[in-house]
Amino acid sequence: MTLKNSSNNSDKPVGVIGIGSFGTAIANILAAKSKVIVYARKQEIVDEINQKHTVEGRTLHENISATTDPELICDSCEVMFPVVSSSGFREVMQKFAPFLHPYHILIHGTKGLALNLPDGKSLEDVNRIKRENICTMSEVILNETVVVRVGCLAGPNLAKELSKGQPAATVVASRFNEVILEGQRLLRSDKFQVYGNQDIIGVELSGVLKNTIAIASGALAGLGLGENARGLLISRGMVELIHLGNALGGQTQSFIGLAGIGDLVATCSSTLSRNYTVGYRLAQGESLEEINNSMEEVAEGINTVKLMKTFLEGSGMRAPITENLYKVLFEGFKVEDALHYLMKYPFNVDIDFL
Amino acid sequence: MTDDYIKHKYDPILPQKDEWPVVKLSKSRKEFVQRIASHSKDSVINITGNNIELLKEELETTLYREKLRIKQNPWLVDPDDEDDFWANVKSALVQLSSETNGSEESKKKGYHEILDNITSRYAEEIASNFKHSHYKATRKIVTFGFSRLLNAGRVKGLMSIFSKQYSLEDKIQIIGETEQIRNLASKGTVVMVPTHFSNLDSILIGWTISTLGMPPFIYGAGLNLFNIQIFAYFMDALGAYKVDRRKKNLIYLETLKTYSSEAIQFGCHSLFFPGGTRSRSGKIESKLKLGLLSTAIGAQRANYEKGLNDIGGKVFIVPVTINYHFVLEAPSLIKEHLSLTGQERYYKETDEFSTSYKISKFLVKFFTKGSDISVSIGKAMDILGNYVDKEGNSLDKDDRIIDCRDYFISNGKVTEDPQREEVYTQKLGERIVEEYHKINRIFSSHLVAFTAFEMIKKNNNKMDLFSLLRLPEEDLILEYSDFRSECQRVLNRIMEIRSEGLVHVAPHLKQGLDDIINHGLSNVGMYHAKRPLIKTQEGQITTQDMSLLYFYHNRLDGYDLEKLFK
Repeated sequence: MTLKNSSNNSDKPVGVIGIGSFGTAIANILAAKSKVIVYARKQEIVDEINQKHTVEGRTLHENISATTDPELICDSCEVMFPVVSSSGFREVMQKFAPFLHPYHILIHGTKGLALNLPDGKSLEDVNRIKRENICTMSEVILNETVVVRVGCLAGPNLAKELSKGQPAATVVASRFNEVILEGQRLLRSDKFQVYGNQDIIGVELSGVLKNTIAIASGALAGLGLGENARGLLISRGMVELIHLGNALGGQTQSFIGLAGIGDLVATCSSTLSRNYTVGYRLAQGESLEEINNSMEEVAEGINTVKLMKTFLEGSGMRAPITENLYKVLFEGFKVEDALHYLMKYPFNVDIDFL
Repeated sequence: MTDDYIKHKYDPILPQKDEWPVVKLSKSRKEFVQRIASHSKDSVINITGNNIELLKEELETTLYREKLRIKQNPWLVDPDDEDDFWANVKSALVQLSSETNGSEESKKKGYHEILDNITSRYAEEIASNFKHSHYKATRKIVTFGFSRLLNAGRVKGLMSIFSKQYSLEDKIQIIGETEQIRNLASKGTVVMVPTHFSNLDSILIGWTISTLGMPPFIYGAGLNLFNIQIFAYFMDALGAYKVDRRKKNLIYLETLKTYSSEAIQFGCHSLFFPGGTRSRSGKIESKLKLGLLSTAIGAQRANYEKGLNDIGGKVFIVPVTINYHFVLEAPSLIKEHLSLTGQERYYKETDEFSTSYKISKFLVKFFTKGSDISVSIGKAMDILGNYVDKEGNSLDKDDRIIDCRDYFISNGKVTEDPQREEVYTQKLGERIVEEYHKINRIFSSHLVAFTAFEMIKKNNNKMDLFSLLRLPEEDLILEYSDFRSECQRVLNRIMEIRSEGLVHVAPHLKQGLDDIINHGLSNVGMYHAKRPLIKTQEGQITTQDMSLLYFYHNRLDGYDLEKLFK
């Protein structure tokens, strides 16, 4: 607590942990106002950033520098944005934990879930999971580190559009007002609107659960179906999302906000979305393995479907879209058959959650 | 923490009573009360945003509620001049609002003056009347009197009354992190947060604190208890300040919180029952009242603001569970619990503890018959629920030392952020509940009551709770052999949970199963007229009072044991 904290936050650098396509977009938005330090695992990526101001071909703002050293970034920054995939998230947090302090603020942008099982068990060993076995990324941060002032970013933020500087908006969610304000201060610009929400779990779940619907939407498009089918899917998908989201502890209001409906509509209509692409290619007859092998970054929705299906079995709830997606992804079901099944499914009430 | 209790004599940590924070506080009582009054006044003005209209509204609401209370719910302890005081407040308010030509500034001054009068009165009323001579006398009465009773009951023969074979330490076992709490109490400030099942708890905890050689803790005792002389005496002696649950107005609540926070900053060890009131259902508290808890966090932040960064300014939270075979008030508590249909309504306080005579009668019974009590002292935590080491340093889950001050840092400075502290208080509350379940010590009586109730419930699985409680006698009979095997299943699961470090068990649970069951049956709710669980002459198990069985069963709520019966 010496000199390094006595200066004002506004001239302190901001950290970005992970530099995939979304991390790049966030780093560039942050760099418009602050100095940014990026953490990357691979030395060659760090070198590329520091020498050429690019990362895997994407251009970076000149305010951005990079390091492979977690201690350095934790010591230099009070606010950091972890943007790594959900499968590697816990490991990264464990690596950072020894250097984090209770004064740090972490605002993550990862739209996935993590499993929290007893040591040495995997999803294959247990046939049922409960809510406490599922962690949102903010819960991973709280479990693995001493940081309590945690927030998340969610909303229709397709990385490719953000990097072109097109207008967009996001939600910063946190139980702490100061985290929301800090997020707004750092991210807000003429082209980027930032809303606040205190229901962090609801906002995280919005971002997570919409990925499964996006896969389904891609699949419909891959079958050559049109806008009627998409409209049907988005609205029914919304009902399922709220149903599941409530069961996991989110509030309905958050699901019908920017991070819920806003993001759902964007990802279900966009060929830029990874999850949408997975669905599209599935419907075109490719196998999941082929698709996974040819994609640069993971589509979070795949893992989410697997997790949610196991959760559904443990809770006795029904969620027909998720269940059928599981069959398509992991049990070799044809997209056509799944669709046929869904069209026969006896839904009859339009809206039952308001 | 081990399950077993070791009889131990503890030396006082501060032998000189002049060093006791509570004695220092009582010496400077007058200034302290004044400080409370002025700080509470500031905080009310702050909450109303320094807006005269809002303040006026708050004053009027307070006046209205206080007049209503005086009329509808007067108590013996209420001072005689209450009517006059509030009549004065009323006329002052009327006069101020009728003054049309007064300047804004003079109006403001007028309202602040009224507010000042009220907070001063409240602060005076809340403040404790600790007297060291009374404390010493009470200690003697409790230890001498109780241990005489104890020996009279257990040691046979004429001279039994002078026997020293049993002491109170055998009757009330103190287990857990006793050395840690003593150590921290001599260095920093301790806030003890026990579970609350019986009015006896405050005396029990008072005795525990003094047995552990610690100076008296101050705590908020319900003003209703001061209605009963014998309690009033004990409470004053133990450093209690008064909490009047009838007063729910903002000004009172702010004064109360300020009192607690300032006392902690003064270095007084404090005691909160964070459940707020006795557990009506018999369950371990799962939702805590966060008002007083937030004062511990506020006091910690204030200490850091003052630059007290070492252990001397650190606040330690110590959860404590009290385990009984028997809760005197159980019948009325469970009745209240069942009749409250989810809403907090007003109800009259208790009956059993209504007179000094009844209490004395109970105490005689209690100390002359079996039935032990244990007090489990949990590990000390910082104000965010991190465990602390010997030197009082906060540790993260990998035992790295972290600076608790960092929780209040923003832009490199300690800052006050009420919304942040609100979230911290919720987190602390969750941690305390978690610790309660871990340090809770399961007794034989909890085991038998839980098993019997769950068996009856399973036999009538279509019924809701209220129909279950009205079952006819013939449906309440359990065969001993079934009961025995089910007890074994529950016990096995308890031992599994214990091996994960998530609960503790009393040593008597390590005997043979039949002995455990007999011990449980003879102890569960042993002084109630209608016993919650008995063995009939035919050797079957049944209950005489299903609600009471439910009450004692609830003690094992929160461990997922009911899954064994699905």
